[in-house]
Amino acid sequence: MSSLAQKKGVGAIIWDYLTTVDHKKIAILYLISGGIFFLIGGLEAMLIRIQLMKAGNDFLSAGLYNEMITMHGTTMIFLAAMPILLGFMNAVMPLQIGARDVAFPFLNSLGFWLFFFGGIFLNLSWFMGGAPDAGWTNYASLALASESHGIDFYALGLTISGFGTLIGGINFLVTIINMRAPGMTYMRMPLFTWTTFVASALILLAFPPLTVGLFFMIFDRMFGANFFVVEMGGNTIIWEHLFWIFGHPEVYILILPAFGIFSEIFAIFSRKRLFGYTALVFATILIGFYGFMVWAHHMFTVGLGPTANAVFALATMIIAVPTGIKIFNWLLTIWGGSIKFTVPMVYAVAFIPSFVAGGVTGVMQAIAPLDYQLHDSYFIVAHFHYVIVGGVVLAILAGVHLYWPKMFGTMLSEKLGMVTFWFFFIGFHLTFFIQHFLGLLGMPRRVYTFGADQGWDLFNAISSAGALLMAIGVIVLLVNVVITTVKNVRVGNDPWEDGRTLEWAIPSPPPFYNFAQTPLVRGLDTYWIEKMEGNKKGMVYAEPLGDIHMPNGSIIPFIMSFGMFVASFGALYFQDDSKPWTLAVLIIGLAILFGSMLVRSLKDDLGFHITKEELMEDLKKGGNTDGSK
Amino acid sequence: MMKGLTNWRLFALMTALLVFLSGCGREEISTLIPAGKVAQDQFNLLLLSTAVMTFVIIVVTIIFVLAIVKFRRSKLGDDMIPEQVEGSAKLEFIWTAVPIVLLLILAVPTVYSTFDLADVTAMDSIDEEGNQTSLTVNVTSYLYWWEFEYPEQGIVTAQELVVPTNERVYFNLISADIKHSFWIPSIGGKLDVNPENVNKFYLEFDKESALLDDGVYYGKCAELCGPSHALMDFKVKSVDREEFDQWVASMQEEPEPASETTAQAGEELFGLEGASCIGCHAVSGTAPAGMPGPNLATFGDRNRVAGFMEHTEENIKKWIQDPQKHKPGNLMPDAKTLNGGEDFTEEELDALAAYLMSLSVEQ
Repeated sequence: MSSLAQKKGVGAIIWDYLTTVDHKKIAILYLISGGIFFLIGGLEAMLIRIQLMKAGNDFLSAGLYNEMITMHGTTMIFLAAMPILLGFMNAVMPLQIGARDVAFPFLNSLGFWLFFFGGIFLNLSWFMGGAPDAGWTNYASLALASESHGIDFYALGLTISGFGTLIGGINFLVTIINMRAPGMTYMRMPLFTWTTFVASALILLAFPPLTVGLFFMIFDRMFGANFFVVEMGGNTIIWEHLFWIFGHPEVYILILPAFGIFSEIFAIFSRKRLFGYTALVFATILIGFYGFMVWAHHMFTVGLGPTANAVFALATMIIAVPTGIKIFNWLLTIWGGSIKFTVPMVYAVAFIPSFVAGGVTGVMQAIAPLDYQLHDSYFIVAHFHYVIVGGVVLAILAGVHLYWPKMFGTMLSEKLGMVTFWFFFIGFHLTFFIQHFLGLLGMPRRVYTFGADQGWDLFNAISSAGALLMAIGVIVLLVNVVITTVKNVRVGNDPWEDGRTLEWAIPSPPPFYNFAQTPLVRGLDTYWIEKMEGNKKGMVYAEPLGDIHMPNGSIIPFIMSFGMFVASFGALYFQDDSKPWTLAVLIIGLAILFGSMLVRSLKDDLGFHITKEELMEDLKKGGNTDGSK
Repeated sequence: MMKGLTNWRLFALMTALLVFLSGCGREEISTLIPAGKVAQDQFNLLLLSTAVMTFVIIVVTIIFVLAIVKFRRSKLGDDMIPEQVEGSAKLEFIWTAVPIVLLLILAVPTVYSTFDLADVTAMDSIDEEGNQTSLTVNVTSYLYWWEFEYPEQGIVTAQELVVPTNERVYFNLISADIKHSFWIPSIGGKLDVNPENVNKFYLEFDKESALLDDGVYYGKCAELCGPSHALMDFKVKSVDREEFDQWVASMQEEPEPASETTAQAGEELFGLEGASCIGCHAVSGTAPAGMPGPNLATFGDRNRVAGFMEHTEENIKKWIQDPQKHKPGNLMPDAKTLNGGEDFTEEELDALAAYLMSLSVEQ
């Protein structure tokens, strides 16, 4: 299977990935580019912690530090965590529902390339006159006062990558609604598919407010509009509302798929179906729903008045209930099970106390009057790193180990995985636990330096030491990836041996058409049911072997995204009098974009068929995993 | 052996004590050592919520630890297939209902306190003679410094807020440029200083700041506002009512000219004939609010230079020579611009520093 891939030249492989519309390859693209952005964001984090290692440090200048925190937050949220999760969704969700691909493979590719070029554009700011420096929240009064083009990079870059994410979300929604295999009712969908579904709905509803806010920002900065200019009757609080109407659901866009990954892991490695599956599903939906009702808890100190603060405080507290339901159902899933402590399971187990710690500080901050003290202090920094690192990043690391065999056909080393885990886990708690106290001792967040003798020196030093441990953990993971790839020991369908859902019933990695025959789903954890009933094939088929209709690859998504990328440079420098070429660049970029859309619209591309004979030939060889015809 | 153990015990005890004592931070700034009603209320909420949350954590931890100890595959054997339990309506009800009860316990004081801390109705109440019954301070934030105007008293100061103890002090907050946030951690939670609207709240100061190690409470800007956000500190002096009234009275007097010769030279340089510092910085407490630079009437009484540097003549000189180096992005012109294209000489700097240090209302 892999011999075919080795025969191809590097150029052919690159071309293959540039043009692919296969959800499994797009997943790999998401994972790799998200992973690279994760490393960049992590490097920025290390520089931040070096700067704050001791009082009055001058490792980073004030301005550079602000660029660093802005890019750290923006990169980690938009360019690392979300894309990596989108990668897992792409890799796993279609397999879990027994589909041959997502509903719109072309759009899937377009979504990725838009994200990719948006991310590159944003990061180019480092080399082109300065990165954004108003924090990842980019509050309007500061953002409008910022002199460099950094904020323009932020606004345009996020607009482009936001398009990509929105397209991805819509695609997953349509896929889950329409493409489930026969018998896969909503209440038989694996939890990861459920959380993908809800997170996609959140993407659909949450990204438009961000886009609106970014458009206002772009218009204010580039075309002299006055949405946020107070002297002209504008209002900067509008930005805060728009940002957090997006920003709070965004947190759930990240954490829900993480919950999904952990749900899968708990069931697999406890050999037990999820306890209270129905409750878990409804808790997921409730969290998604409440996620839109609580944005103003990020704005308790803005001065919205006691009525608004009280209402939003209570609404926020309510979210603790479905989250608690989830935690207890997971505990009861492993209770009475047979727990095998593989690397993914260790992450999942470690997630529970970490996330509970982040959750309870969340409830504390929901208490509006108490939040007046905690807000914008290091307490909040500790809190959101507990939920995002303790929740999302642990899920990503767990997911990398869990789904690596399904995505690449090899197993990451369990031994090195454990090394990574311990460094990362201890480092994480060392870095962030102490920051709760820094906040309580009065240290504001986003300070590039602090004076000695305010009671913060020791805790900051400890926090920086912890960050170093996390970095070591990540480096070991990289070594693990390299070693595993070089060794290239292939694995079978169900490498963890206790797989429960459909993706474990087919080869690792699956053939490019996923299922030669569409499976028939007979219950929750369908593969487990078949295994327990002694079905060697692992599934029952819903259809006889027949021709499969597949989409053709296309370079158009790449070119379209590139067009937007080019146009963005024109827009970025549009206001600079010294650069007369901007309008031309803007027009050229948009011409590339609309030209390729025109080509896509006018040219019929009906895809191709894999014939029954080819399929049978292929199955004899164990399945063509390469995707080439 | 035994001796080593005792030593170790003693060491552990001392360490624990040290951590405990240092754990609450410095009185000047820690929210864990509240020095006013508002911070106290918030601290009580912190204790209450921590107690409730500790209960949650204990419950989860017990189930969690038991589960991962009891149900390990290495103990149960490789072939064991557990019973595939679907769930339990009873348990679902319990862990829905109990958290709701816990949240109700938190919700009641939350709502009460939210309204209580926002209650500024008494702000404008006046007594029979038409005077305001309580002190109001108008706080205006500028790029990296704070202005405090006492409208009723007709005085203005900057960087160092002076307030009476044991009474409610009301604040009107507005920003002159971009958004900042006004925070005195040991006195009470923060409130944002927006450019578009006045935010109001109150604080109470229980303890005279003279009793603190550093003699002042530390105030911070808590909203990212540009490169020098971290340096946008201010200080708070809380004094008893009598001393406060005295302070107000001496602020209302016109400042006397400098008496000592170096300071006199500094005053000249400071004025319109010299480097025109006075064009931006008032030196009288009765000057109008809203000048481009901080009012310096109380400069000699202050605790820090520029809000964060030690209060020495050396630092004043450093600051005047190159403000950008110390507080990047602040709006004070550099020395050359002020002094007609030339740097200040050492004598000029000495004179300015001596003059600034002589500006005092607390004799």
